[in-house]
Amino acid sequence: MLQINNLHASISGKKILNGITLNVNPGEVHAIMGPNGSGKSTLAQLLAGHPAYQILEGEIKYEGNDLSELEAEKRAQAGIFLAFQYPIEIPGVSNSYFLKTGLNEIRKSRGQEPLDAFEFLKLIREKMKLVEMDESFINRPVNQGYSGGEKKRNEILQMAVLEPKLAILDETDSGLDIDALKIVAGGVNKLRNSNRSIIVVTHYQRLLNYIVPDFVHVLMNGKIVKSGGKELALELEEFGYDKIKVEVENGVSV
Amino acid sequence: MQTIEQLVNKEYEYGFVTNIEEETIPRGLNEDIVKIISSKKNEPEWMLEWRLKAYRYWLTMEEPTWPNVKYQKIDYNNIFYYSAPKTKPNLEGLDQVDPELLKTYEKLGISLTEQKRLTGVAVDVIFDSVSVATTYKEKLNELGIIFCSFSEAVKDHPDLVKKYMGSVVPYTDNYFATLNSAVFSDGSFCYIPPGVKCPMELSTYFRINAAETGQFERTLIIADKGAKVSYLEGCTAPIRDTNQLHAAVVELIALEDGEVKYSTVQNWYAGDKDGKGGIYNFVTKRGNCAGKNSKISWTQVETGSAITWKYPSVILNGENSIGEFYSVAVVNNHQQADTGTKMIHIGKNTKSTIISKGISAGYGDNTYRGLVRIGKNASNSRNYTQCDSMLMGNKCSANTFPYIEVKNTTSNVEHEASTSKIGEDQIFYCKQRGLNTENAISMIVNGFAKEVFKNLPMEFAVEAQKLLGISLEGSVG
Repeated sequence: MLQINNLHASISGKKILNGITLNVNPGEVHAIMGPNGSGKSTLAQLLAGHPAYQILEGEIKYEGNDLSELEAEKRAQAGIFLAFQYPIEIPGVSNSYFLKTGLNEIRKSRGQEPLDAFEFLKLIREKMKLVEMDESFINRPVNQGYSGGEKKRNEILQMAVLEPKLAILDETDSGLDIDALKIVAGGVNKLRNSNRSIIVVTHYQRLLNYIVPDFVHVLMNGKIVKSGGKELALELEEFGYDKIKVEVENGVSV
Repeated sequence: MQTIEQLVNKEYEYGFVTNIEEETIPRGLNEDIVKIISSKKNEPEWMLEWRLKAYRYWLTMEEPTWPNVKYQKIDYNNIFYYSAPKTKPNLEGLDQVDPELLKTYEKLGISLTEQKRLTGVAVDVIFDSVSVATTYKEKLNELGIIFCSFSEAVKDHPDLVKKYMGSVVPYTDNYFATLNSAVFSDGSFCYIPPGVKCPMELSTYFRINAAETGQFERTLIIADKGAKVSYLEGCTAPIRDTNQLHAAVVELIALEDGEVKYSTVQNWYAGDKDGKGGIYNFVTKRGNCAGKNSKISWTQVETGSAITWKYPSVILNGENSIGEFYSVAVVNNHQQADTGTKMIHIGKNTKSTIISKGISAGYGDNTYRGLVRIGKNASNSRNYTQCDSMLMGNKCSANTFPYIEVKNTTSNVEHEASTSKIGEDQIFYCKQRGLNTENAISMIVNGFAKEVFKNLPMEFAVEAQKLLGISLEGSVG
């Protein structure tokens, strides 16, 4: 599904990623953890095609094709979805119009017929149940006036409607209370299947109690310094990132 | 990601010139020119007298310098004040209209023959200085509605013209309105008799074709007691590298329980990306809510012109009368706009609403200027004003100058303002959901302007949305 080889990248001249290598197969859930400033969000945004980031070295392959030259909308059309850490407000544009336009663009790129308003309404209503969203959100402007939890739920709703092959969740747990966290994680779990890969970017282990990953990677200074199974997250929770930092500094093989 | 520079050179779709023989009169402005214009139109003596009074008054006036716009001084003696297609327009039927003209309007998407047959919109078409066709006239006649060119109205309905012309915008009003009063060539006239609701949208389409010609049209709309009308105005001009002056006057009058809704989509040529050429759009538009419970509503979408300078206003004389102003003004490249409204509350319990959305891109400079005046007898009056500005890129600017004067203690005035910047993040968010850059900008901007668009008649709203997309293509880099 996704192969990242020795990826180096920068933003406005500042180097953030220093050689990331990561392989994600269909159906796998990978958690990427790391302290603040380690490059987690950069990686998420870069995969989604944010134009501010520059690839200096290495490559990203998605379904066997080089991703680096592809515009963000082409990546979306190819099935890559990013749940934003800070979802963006678009005043005056209703949630349903926004999402219907996006979905139909994606469908068009695949040679599928666009959904009409009725078909779409049926679809969005069904998907809203996954994240326990009230139907009033269908006509509310995109993310404007939403609480933090509502914004994050809205991201997962979009994921449910767009049905990506590769979903990247960027700190989807930040700013959520425990009830909202459970709802959001529950929504994501319902979207797990053997063809869909998910990358969960998070600072805390807490989310991983609810979305249980197949693999955990620790990112520090723009590099994956340790990889393991779900137990690695628990180890981090207990000992903090400092322990790994010390290991890395001492050259302990990970 | 595509940048401004790559996308900005979207051609102005309406920039072609029609090859048609035009009759013009010598350049320049003096009493003789005013007389020639009047005689070309076979006007009665009283009309000429009015023009001459205006001309003489104009000589004593100075061009205003207070608007927040910059342009080279206009040489009023180097402009043609009258230009008309040589083929005599036959106002009785379209069959005898010059085929070149009909082709022009078809290119503009205004197929007169089709309009006549299919749609529910009656159209008056002004080509340079004269009205070339008015559709649906007979059908309207049956209801007692008068919809014709201004010249015809002067001849056929002199009492109405004498009574109302200059009653809202007197010939002494301001530099450009006074100039218009002296040299206006044609325009539309509309009278809705008492109790009649006009069953279709009335529409005027203005087209400047001839070079170095000023267009000075006058529109006068009267809704008598209990009458209602919705009126649409559209405008385009060819691409030329010299600036052209458009100084129009629009007067609206609503008597007791009368309603006038006036919608404009202004798409005059805006000049090229370096700011060369384009129309100077210096227009006076004003309505008088003369009777009790009357209502006047202005909706404008301003995307064209090198410089826009206009303040569609409402004088709220009648008790319980309502004035509204909804505006979207877009400036891109080197365009400048100084636009807004005046709501003058005189009667009791009068209400006004102002929603202004300014969008600036490129090197554009966008100013909202508005006056809300509540007189001492206008007790229990209300105004709500909302001014929002959106900026794209770092080289444009937005300004807001609200003037508020309240002379009684029972009235209530609210003013809200905001400025936002359309950012890469918003566009990236849309792109991440599958939209390309153009669609993303169009969606964001249309969302921003939604409160205004919803006041436009359906067909116009669709056109306006498309226009907004085109005007701003590639303006985020």
